[in-house]
Amino acid sequence: MSANAQNIPAQFPIPVEPQIPVRSGNPRERLGPVATGRPVRAVSPEIAKVGLSEICLSYRAQSGERLLALDHINLQVKAGEFLCVVGPSGCGKSTLLLLIAGLHQQTSGQVLIDGKPVQGPGTDRIMIFQEHGLFPWLTVGQNIEFGMKMKGIGRAEREEKTAYYLRLVHLGKFKDSYIHQLSGGMRQRVAIARALATEPDVLLMDEPFAALDAQTRDLLHDELERIWSETGRTIIFVTHNVREAVRLGDRVALLTFRPGRVKREFSVELPRPRQLEDPHVARVARAILDELRDEINQSLEAEYNEGVKPHVKPDLEGESRV
Amino acid sequence: MKRAARFIIFYSALLGLWILLAKLKIWPPYLFPTPWGVAEALYGGFKDHTYWIAIRVSMERVLIGYAISVVLGMILGLGVASSKFLEETVGGLLVSLQSLPSICWWPLALLWFGLNQNAILFVVVMGSLLSVTLAMEDGRKQMPKIFGMAGRNLGAKGFKLFWYVLLPASLPFIVSGLKQGWAFAWRSLITAEMLYLSLGLGQVLMMGRDLNDMSAVIAVMLLIIAIGYIVDGVVFRGMERHLQHKWGLTPAT
Repeated sequence: MSANAQNIPAQFPIPVEPQIPVRSGNPRERLGPVATGRPVRAVSPEIAKVGLSEICLSYRAQSGERLLALDHINLQVKAGEFLCVVGPSGCGKSTLLLLIAGLHQQTSGQVLIDGKPVQGPGTDRIMIFQEHGLFPWLTVGQNIEFGMKMKGIGRAEREEKTAYYLRLVHLGKFKDSYIHQLSGGMRQRVAIARALATEPDVLLMDEPFAALDAQTRDLLHDELERIWSETGRTIIFVTHNVREAVRLGDRVALLTFRPGRVKREFSVELPRPRQLEDPHVARVARAILDELRDEINQSLEAEYNEGVKPHVKPDLEGESRV
Repeated sequence: MKRAARFIIFYSALLGLWILLAKLKIWPPYLFPTPWGVAEALYGGFKDHTYWIAIRVSMERVLIGYAISVVLGMILGLGVASSKFLEETVGGLLVSLQSLPSICWWPLALLWFGLNQNAILFVVVMGSLLSVTLAMEDGRKQMPKIFGMAGRNLGAKGFKLFWYVLLPASLPFIVSGLKQGWAFAWRSLITAEMLYLSLGLGQVLMMGRDLNDMSAVIAVMLLIIAIGYIVDGVVFRGMERHLQHKWGLTPAT
């Protein structure tokens, strides 16, 4: 197996050559006049928004030996693109997001944003965690304005933008609620609003909907797709749910099990808005799953042999996990 | 309602027993003061302002000492929590120092600071610093890592990260340590004041001893208990309630 996905011959669905989705109409139209901040910077069409170049990450296991978690990862994400990363648990896909966010340091290789290497965290890349990571000591509104406050943005502007993003995620009435008063789905919407409020170019989403029930997740898929098309952000979305990846992504990158490599990239050229139950989505997901199955088996086998408690299993049918 | 009734019955019974024992005159009054003697002492003490002054002086000392402990303890605790080296060196030392009653520092404090307020403050700080430090260390470790990551991700760093993220995130985990620190500070203060003749509740208590006035001794003891209880019940209980409300934690039973 090659470390470099680009070499793998094309079959189905049409791999590689990611396409930037063409979005119709003015994306700001539906939300009225409040500024969504600066437009997404496109430095040059040839330079990827996010470039991962030969990323390796190894760490010292408790046994003392060095383990390779990520092995020469190469990925290019264009501005405004929606990339999904799937792989079995333990393949390092979440860690990859931490590297892009600058919250963790790779052993070798480079993370490039607009062609420039990443130096630590930055508000141009905001992460949304599975456990939302919202601050329970702050209200919904205070959570959303947190990033702006750190940037030193004035109160009036913060309030205006907070109200705007609350409306964007349909939580206008919950500005003064505390996080624990919200449902899981609402919390993730706050997390999305908080991330967008710092006006990042890139949203890094780490299995954000994995803990939600199926109905809520469907709803949030629709909302995320809408927000993405309205704000034009670049999104890198990590999930173990292949059908979710196909539902959302312009492109799906498949990682192998330990060490994580890009096994293959699939470009999903289905019309939007998509539905999770759409037979086309299921068909593409099936093709990706066929590739993924080996990796899943390895992952399960490793868990069995190591006596590790099985964590989140890759979701074979793409349905909700209990 | 039931709770209030239980409360009233218990304390009335206690008071009744006290009155009964006093009435029976098993011991002479200078050994076993009567409730009305204590009430008189309390009344007199407040009337001639002795107790008011003592309370003010003691509260001032304990607040200054406690504030120093909290600031130092948080810095120390954070340091110990975030550095393996500090944890193994300073951390171990702190734990072993915990078995030392803070009043043991009194002789050294006298030499270093002289017989004055600063010596008392030093003993108070030594009494509560360890609790606060260990609580902060523990809180920092217990605090979910995701808060720190989310904070850094949203652009908080350095002091802002500490003030706006790490500190509020660890508060629910350190509030019991802060409470314990307060209790230690209060006890250390009274002990030190009993050894040092200069205003303060501890000194008023010793005055009662010197005058062989056990009513006054008990009156001051009641004051010390009342103040400790009120601060604990009002300040810290209020803080806990507030945090529980915000975080949606169920009150500890």
